[in-house]
Order: sequence, then C-alpha cells, then structure tokens
Amino acid sequence: MSVAIVKERFSGKIGEVILGATSEQGGTRTSTVTIGGDAALPFLHFEGKVNRPVIAMEVNDIPPTWNETLTKQYGDVFNSPGAWAKQCVDDFGADLIYLKLTGADPDGENRSPEDCARVVKEVLAAVGVPLIVVGCGDSTKDNEVIAAVAEAATGENLLIGVAEQETYKTYAAAAMVHKHTLIAQSPLDINICKQLNILINEMGLPLNKIVIDPLIAGLGFGIEYAYSIMERARLGALGNDKMLAMPMFCSVGYEANRTKESNSSADENPQWGDLDDRAVLWESLTASGLMQVGASIIMMRNPAAVKVVKKNIDELMSV
Amino acid sequence: MALTGLEIYKQLPKKNCGECGVPTCLAFAMALAAGKAALDTCPYVTDAARENLESASAPPIKAIKFGNGSVMGDETVMYRHDKTFYHETTIIIQVSDALTDDEVSAKLAEINGLEFDRVGLHYSVEGVAVVNESGDAARFAKVAAAVAAGTEKSLLLISNNPEALKAAVAPLAARKPLIGEANADNYEAVVNIGKENSVPVILKADGLDALSDLVEKAVALGYKEFVLDPGTKGTAQQLADLTQLRRLSIKKKFRTFGYPVIVFTNHENPLDEIMEASVYVCKYASAIVLKTSAKAHLLPLMALKQNLYTDPQKPIQVEEKLYAIGEVTEDSPLYITTNFSLTYYSVEGEVESTKIPSYIIPVNTEGTSVLTAYAAGKYEPELIWETMQKLGVPDILKHKNVIIPGYVAVVTAKLKEISGWNVIVGPRESSGIVAFAKTLK
Repeated sequence: MSVAIVKERFSGKIGEVILGATSEQGGTRTSTVTIGGDAALPFLHFEGKVNRPVIAMEVNDIPPTWNETLTKQYGDVFNSPGAWAKQCVDDFGADLIYLKLTGADPDGENRSPEDCARVVKEVLAAVGVPLIVVGCGDSTKDNEVIAAVAEAATGENLLIGVAEQETYKTYAAAAMVHKHTLIAQSPLDINICKQLNILINEMGLPLNKIVIDPLIAGLGFGIEYAYSIMERARLGALGNDKMLAMPMFCSVGYEANRTKESNSSADENPQWGDLDDRAVLWESLTASGLMQVGASIIMMRNPAAVKVVKKNIDELMSV
Repeated sequence: MALTGLEIYKQLPKKNCGECGVPTCLAFAMALAAGKAALDTCPYVTDAARENLESASAPPIKAIKFGNGSVMGDETVMYRHDKTFYHETTIIIQVSDALTDDEVSAKLAEINGLEFDRVGLHYSVEGVAVVNESGDAARFAKVAAAVAAGTEKSLLLISNNPEALKAAVAPLAARKPLIGEANADNYEAVVNIGKENSVPVILKADGLDALSDLVEKAVALGYKEFVLDPGTKGTAQQLADLTQLRRLSIKKKFRTFGYPVIVFTNHENPLDEIMEASVYVCKYASAIVLKTSAKAHLLPLMALKQNLYTDPQKPIQVEEKLYAIGEVTEDSPLYITTNFSLTYYSVEGEVESTKIPSYIIPVNTEGTSVLTAYAAGKYEPELIWETMQKLGVPDILKHKNVIIPGYVAVVTAKLKEISGWNVIVGPRESSGIVAFAKTLK
C-alpha cells in the first residue's frame, strides 16, 4: 500500500536577502551570498524550496582570548585580521567572515573608529567573500564605530550590527545611507523581534535588508528557548507574517565556546571526556539544533566544528 | 479517522460520576478527543463502547516500555512549544558479537561509564544493543548473556535470524529486552518470539510504503508491542521520513504508524555520527542506536536531548537557600544570583573554579535570568535584602560585603542604603567571575 504523505500548505515564505556586492553592484566582493527564500520547514525538500544555511567564521581586530583547543587549529594569523580571514575562507571553507571589532572596547584597547574602519578595509582586501561587521558591545562607542565603518565600506553591502531596541536608529541610518544590510537583535522575544523589524522598516530600510538575531543560547544553557522561539518565528513567517520573515543569524561560536563544557579539560572533569572532541561537538550540536528550526547564518569559531557542520549541511541539502 | 467529542460522548455511560477525574462525561469526551485522557480511567464504559472508542481514545503514538525503565513514544505534538515532548530520546550503544570477548567487555565497561553530571543534572545512557554481526547463533546468545550479566542497562537484541534471536532472548526474557529486527521475510517468526516472551519487537522496512505494509501484516498476527525502524539512509531522507511518521500519527491519527520510531545511524566517523544523531533528536526519533561510546561524544548529545525535552511551561529552578561552595567560613565571600537553574549553575561552576570557598544565594525570581528578572521588577534591592535576612546571612557572616551581578549595578546605592552592607558589583557574565575573584581581598 502506498502511504499518502502529509504536506503542509504555507502561504508565506522567508524573504530573500543578498549579502555583499560585486564590482557591478558597487562593491568589491568576488561573489555574493544569498540567504532565505525558504518556503518550507528546515530541510523538508518535499514541501518547498529550502535554501542552504551559510557559515560565517569569526575574526577579531585584536588577538582573541580563546581556549587553546581552538587557537591551535589556526596558523600564526591572530595579529593580522586579513590573514586570519583568509585562512578561514581558504582553509576552513567559511562562506562569510564575521568581523567583531573587539579592540574598540573603551575598557580594553579603546581603538578609534578610524582604526576600526581601517581593519574592515584590510579584511575586505584580503578576502572576496561578504563580511558581517559588529562593534565591541559598548553601545555608545559602537554608535561611532559603526558609522565610520559603514561609511568607509560604502556600497559593499556589509551585514552590520547589532541594532537593538534602544540603538537601532543609528544602525538603520548607516545601513540606508551607505547601502548595507542590518542585523536586528531581540532578546529571545518574538514580539520585540517583530516590533524592532517594524520600527526599522518604518525608518525606510526595506525588509530584504534586515536579518534577525534572536540572541540564542548555547547547548546546555537554554538552547531550548532559542529553539522554540525560532521554530515559532519560522512557522509565523511561513504563515505569511512578513515582519517575522527575515532570515535568522545565530552566534553559535560565541555561545558554545563560553560554556564550561567547551573549556574544561579532561583532567579537571574526567567524567566529560576529551576536551577537543567535546568542544567540537558542543559547537556543532548548538549549530545543528538551531539549523533544524531555521537558522540561516551560523557564526562559528572552531574549524573542526565548521567541517562537521558543513558536511551535515551537504547531507541535508542533498535529495 | 478520529472521533469528535460529541461522537465519543454518545458511547459513554453519561453517569457524570466524576470518577475519571473530570466532572462530567461530556468534558471527559472532549478530553478524549483531544488525546488528553485515557478511556481506562472510566470504570463504567461497556466493552462494546470500549471497542468502538479504542481508536479515538488511544494516544496517537503508543508508549512502548522495555528493559530497565525505558519508555519510548507517547508523544502528542509536532512542536515542543505546542505543549511539550514527554519521553526523552532513548540512547542505545551497540556492541557487535563479532568482537572478541575482551573487546566486548572493554566496550561494555566504556558504556557503563557513560554517566554525566552537569548543571545539577545527571545523564545516563539508557541501553546496550547486542548485534548479531557474526552470523553465528551460539556466539550471539553468548555475547547477549555476557552483556546482560555486565550491565543493568536496558537491552536491545538485534538479529535477522529468528533462531538466533529465539536462543538469545529466552534466558533474558525477564530483562524485557527490545528485540529485532522483524522484516518482510522473517516477521512471522520474529513477532511470535516477541509475543511468546512478552517483549516489544522492532519492525524494519526501507521506506514508508514498505513499512506500512509490514506493520499491517504484523498487527494481523495479534500483537501490538512494536517499534518502527524506517531503515538507515541519508540524513535528508531520514529527516523527511521521521517527519512523515510523526505527522501521520499525530495529525492524521494514522494508527499503522502510531508507534515509537528507532533509528540506526549511518555514519562511521564518530563526530559525523553524533551530528547525524542530533538531527534525529530534534526531529522525531524515540530511540537512536549509536556506535561511538566515548564520553566526549555522548555528553553533547545527552545535553541536547535533555534540553529539548524540558517542559517549556516550567522554567527549571533551584531552591532559594544559602549554598556553600567549598569549605566556607564566616569570612567567605557572598554572591547573589537568581534561581533560574541555568543562571545559578553557571555561577556555581565559575565560583567553584575560583577555588575560593564562597556562599551563593539564588534569589527567587521565579526561574528567570538576571536581566529578565530585573526588567520584570523581581530583582529589587528590597527583595535581595529581605532574602539575605530570611536566610540568616547577617548572623552567619562576619563581614558585610555582598557581590551582585554586573547587570544590576543600578541597585547598588539602594541596596547599600537599606542594608548598610558594602555592595560590590560583580561581572555581568558568570565567565568573568574567576578574574573578578582575583581582585577580591
């Protein structure tokens, strides 16, 4: 007997967003990245179009304070953001570079907005893939940093962020004036997420220039909250709620690597086993869980985890 | 096809006795229709009515129990935000009978060692599968017996040779193993072994059409304790099949597929295998059989399934009390956090890493994190001071210094004023505690 399979009929789909710009489009990228456009639940090809999630590997403007389980996989690149980005693309297969301008932190190196813009230019020159650029996390400083970066990279269609409820105006203006795309971040709350998208859109930034950051939690530390918020958002978008229909960005590498499970050695915690494989899987499974509920951009740090996740994506995309 | 509440009501005794726990028969009928009640709780239903109602009253996915307390199935929703997922994916590690005796005992020792403690929770791997890869019935029975003797975990016995299964199961029937696999060729013999020993049976066929045929033939043998195996295949197609099995049973009440689903992984490389398994933990496997048994590989997978099966309506909380970390004295530092368990255990882990004996108070914020609690007015300085007094802190400590989370630095002045204590602003993230503690005198 043949079984009649159940196909959901959705009226909406995820909006398509293009990142980066080639020389014909006013930028200098050798290729662009298209995310979104999905008309089905994640990886259910029998139901409708499924777009491939992409991997953005993290690069900082100053050497990172990461665990050795990560740093030993990289070459001597941490003093050169350009070389670091190039290794991520050439050796590890990153689809995008996520450049975090940690050095701007007023409590740290307190680098000037001009210095930050110079680093962005350096990374743009070193790699041909599109860039995601975010500030240091100090909202006052980041206002200046992002304005300078957006201007210096006019026309490159960077994905800049992060715009929050309190700060979105500067970011949205910078994105509009200098032709970039924007990350809109809401703290695991579907209503704030929608509201922020509406506010940004009302300022004049088109919906296809916005990416949602639902502010995920890592595996073992509340990933289930992100999982359910994202699954609800995806279902809402497929149900034709246009203000939830943007592709989602997930800071997997950051969340997974600040857990004790990704840092504590087997000597310290014999019960948890070898740190290297544990850290790879902690990051990979954080990515996996969120890809199953609609993550479009996966930010990652651990090259070995990138390899595992890319292979999984290849499998999930092959029908 | 599912019955409506009113159709069910017509079949009930209409006594409104309330003995089922619902005040009226009509309300009970509605609960049955929604899959939220079981007909067995009605003491007065007639046998004729019971038969009519069976398909409407049974849960959409049957609960199958085996081994040492393992329960699979009995799920009622597609998405955890619709209600919750009930029975965590059963994780089973396989042992081949083609291994030598020494290799079997080494593998078993490794499996028995898969016990993990993290954030106040304990995770254990539930089961061991003995797989008849040797093709030798006597060897299979011997390894099954050795594994059974060497572990208290639930057992799964896998062979497509009914004679081998029969010999291995008989002496172990009291352990209530899950057995398999019954396929199109051997199902009569294998299902009968299950029936004779009262143990559940895995029905395996490649693809949904073949599986549906097999289930119908197996049910016709008069047995109902089944677990479905849709065959091992590429991850994308497996995800599609698992989704269909869940959808057909939940949304269409398609009884043929109303059983838990077990999946055997495809990958040999352990990292890829765990990644593959994580897809099935998210999407609809009731049990997964793995090859790897390394701690570093299992812990992340166990964490994922535990996370996704928590009840979304109940934030996990820790008790509001004074926790002593290490050999505390009246001079030990005092940290304040919230009673959301993830927040508390992140802080506890880091405080432990400082190697400075310390006290921690998780203030009752109804299971919310620091920022959420503060935004909701549940983390006011008055409440913090009240909690400190209630727990007798002023009598226990000789000093008057309290460390508060960096995210609520704004309460410093007020807390100082009402308590008279010196308020120290700690880091925003628990990951900053070790560095912060070095600055304490």
